[in-house]
Amino acid sequence: MYVAVKGGEKAIDAAHAWLAEERRGDTSVSELSVAQIRQQLTLAVNRVMAEGSLYDPDLAALAIKQARGDLIEAIFLIRAYRTTLPRLGASTPVETAQMAVCRRISATFKDLPGGQILGPTFDYTHRLLDFKLAAEGEVPAAPTAPASLDAVPHVTAMLNRDGLIQTEAQGNATPPDLTREPMELPTTRPLRLQAITRGDEGFILSMAYSTQRGYGRTHAFVGELRIGTVAVEMDIPELGFSVEIGEVELTECETVNQFKGSKTEPPQFTRGYGLVFGQTERKAIAMSLVDRALRWKELGEDNTGAPAQDEEFVLMHADNIQATGFLEHIKLPHYVDFQAELELVRKLRREALAQAEAAE
Amino acid sequence: MSILAKMKMQPLLSVRDLSKFYGGRIGCADVGFDLYPGEVLGIVGESGSGKSTLLSCLAGHLAPDRGEVIFDTKEGPRDTVQMAEAARRRLARTDWAYVHQNPRDGLRMGVSAGGNVGERLMAVGARHYGDIRAAAVDWLGRVEIAADRVDDRPSAFSGGMQQRLQIARNLVTGPRLVFMDEPTGGLDVSVQARLLDLLRGLVREMGLSAIIVTHDLAVVRLLADRLMVMKGGYVVEQGLTDQVLDDPQHAYTQLLVSSVLQV
Amino acid sequence: MTDQTAYNFAYLDEQTKRMIRRAILKGVAIPGYQVPFASREMPMPYGWGTGGVQVTAACLVPEDRLKVIDQGADDTTNAVSIRRFFQRTAGVEVTEATADATVIQTRHRIPETPLTEGQILVYQVPIPEPLRFLEPRETETRKMHELEDYGLMHVKLYEDISRHGQIATAYDYPVKVEGRYVMDPSPIPKFDNPKLGGNAAIQLFGAGREQRIYALPPYTQAISLDFDDYPFAASKADHSCDLCAAPDSYLDEVITDDQGSRMFVCSDTDFCASRRAAGHIGPMGAPRAGADVE
Repeated sequence: MYVAVKGGEKAIDAAHAWLAEERRGDTSVSELSVAQIRQQLTLAVNRVMAEGSLYDPDLAALAIKQARGDLIEAIFLIRAYRTTLPRLGASTPVETAQMAVCRRISATFKDLPGGQILGPTFDYTHRLLDFKLAAEGEVPAAPTAPASLDAVPHVTAMLNRDGLIQTEAQGNATPPDLTREPMELPTTRPLRLQAITRGDEGFILSMAYSTQRGYGRTHAFVGELRIGTVAVEMDIPELGFSVEIGEVELTECETVNQFKGSKTEPPQFTRGYGLVFGQTERKAIAMSLVDRALRWKELGEDNTGAPAQDEEFVLMHADNIQATGFLEHIKLPHYVDFQAELELVRKLRREALAQAEAAE
Repeated sequence: MSILAKMKMQPLLSVRDLSKFYGGRIGCADVGFDLYPGEVLGIVGESGSGKSTLLSCLAGHLAPDRGEVIFDTKEGPRDTVQMAEAARRRLARTDWAYVHQNPRDGLRMGVSAGGNVGERLMAVGARHYGDIRAAAVDWLGRVEIAADRVDDRPSAFSGGMQQRLQIARNLVTGPRLVFMDEPTGGLDVSVQARLLDLLRGLVREMGLSAIIVTHDLAVVRLLADRLMVMKGGYVVEQGLTDQVLDDPQHAYTQLLVSSVLQV
Repeated sequence: MTDQTAYNFAYLDEQTKRMIRRAILKGVAIPGYQVPFASREMPMPYGWGTGGVQVTAACLVPEDRLKVIDQGADDTTNAVSIRRFFQRTAGVEVTEATADATVIQTRHRIPETPLTEGQILVYQVPIPEPLRFLEPRETETRKMHELEDYGLMHVKLYEDISRHGQIATAYDYPVKVEGRYVMDPSPIPKFDNPKLGGNAAIQLFGAGREQRIYALPPYTQAISLDFDDYPFAASKADHSCDLCAAPDSYLDEVITDDQGSRMFVCSDTDFCASRRAAGHIGPMGAPRAGADVE
């Protein structure tokens, strides 16, 4: 006797209860706190903030806990929460030249004003599993030095003084907001940068990598990579001046790219730009490469048909929340369309077999 | 066509001062000519002479830096350079046709021969499968492709067949102006001869207006009423085909003609 | 952190709803035209009906009675989930009866019971662009719509006939709206296509991930693409419903054992249940009324 599938509500409730239990894991192991995630899984928190487009380490840590460590799921939680927040205003542009840097390196100059600061990087660690960590060993304190009071000017600003690098257009126009307006193509650079900075790290990384391997090559040097905190200021109309409302940690990467000149421009260096929330240098470097590759049209370069030069391809596929949603939705019921296909295939087969028999 | 008849007639295409630059390099410069209905204009020159750039500018595939390309549309003469892209594309699928050198650029390789020929008919509103198919089979016949190949994809065709299919696909709706870019390029000599023969038949029979770019003087000798010779982006000589080929005035044209004769 | 109760009626803030309503109105004014809108990130994944949910949220008023179906059924998990979402965020009444609903959100089906004036049918749309699988580029397909350059669409149908002897599209079957825009009706079976045109209800289509809304106002012409000599034909499994004996409803095929036994049942659960309640019993219909209800 056939009984129609019922009980969707019960099934959903049971699934959610089981999920909560799995999230907690073995209760004889102490529960992870949001503070622990925020303090000890900082780079995961940073990625969730960057791709979730919301600077709030506590919420990002909570999302990671709730998502059982699935970072795309955590980003999704943050995005859905962000949608509901009121928009009170826009900050003035942050001054990355005034950044309190914890890391600042240039691949183009051996030494430069402000100095090279290695900072907390994996770069020169030997990737050997540290079994001391398994034993929960405390680490000795790192040596410290007094903070330098020297200014840390941008490398590209120094090149620009000599006219060696392309000057970026200055403007006070409010940039468009990707989360409040539909993406319409062709886009502008501010919109592209927004899409890339919140795009999937893996996707942006692979796109950038493809340019290095020759698909839209841009001959990039890391002119400068800096990580640190900057003040966020907001103009308060009632006061008539801007007020510091907090600070955020950012990673900024500016590439210096070879450029032989074009129809309209004399030979000079050009730039790619990456700016991402938190300490996220892989993403920032990748972003600057993809940004530069997408600028072929404005610089009068050839479109070689490389994926990273294709604005529509890059921007329409960079968002992991869109991608994972559409990818995973194919597991939802499709009985109706499948039934329609089933009938069609049966009909076509019937006709093909009838024809074959008639031919015999 | 008598001079008198020409004077009364509106040119189909009127080109003025057309120039295109690639940085400091000249693509083509200061090109001007009139093309009258029923006329075939040949553009010859060695590679790099600017003839392909010129054709791309005329057909709206490239935006020229300067100049006018005035086409006698059904609503009267219009500068296609200034036209909105939408209007230009409408022309491209109704009044114009474009035969690419490489048939792969002009065909849908994943669509059957019949579908390829039928596309333009369907684009202008044909909605009877049987009629579309019949027109496709008829056109396959006119370009000497057997009717039983109508459901085969172009990838199963030889180069010469693909080129003939591309021609059928372009001519099926009776365009008023056909652009051809080296239509015989990349084909064996014997295949070229057959294609030329076919093209000549179609041009005469349909009274086609066409602009043919080629480096092959035999092609223009056979097909073109008038000839333009290009070098370094400039037109160095133009006139009636026989006149230019039999009594070349410009030193470059003389060289071009003599080098052919040596072959 | 925001409490559940702190969310606005139907989840979205009023400004967002106004933005969506503007897009809907534009869509209604230009039937079949895909209106770009700033789709918001919803608390459910893209692909689960975020477009439909936003359109529904923008249409709902507290007096509404909402019905949600997926594959024609009110009790599939995603339909349950979306219905709960609106119960929680809008507190509107819900119903399974097509005739009683003022707003119906659907995925992949049009209800069997004819809709009436004043009802709104909201479709969840995965890919709103009917030309997408012929031409992947959005910049190009928008131009094709602008120019009514639909030759390629018919090339696909032509190829179907030359290869299969008939148009081999079984669902997501494109229609031409009022002689102008070619429109994707969302992946409904082509059986449902005839209900698109001339429908008394307002039909709204929401694609969240692709940021598009489009509409068929009441009594709009929507003609399934075809050839004069190969006319469109709606089709379904050649059976009657085994539960309610309906000869003319769209059927799901259910495999009942591993020996190849199967039965056919209405995909529209409300339609089927109403018929059985009215005394129509099919060959495998429940001998005792309501046996299939929990």
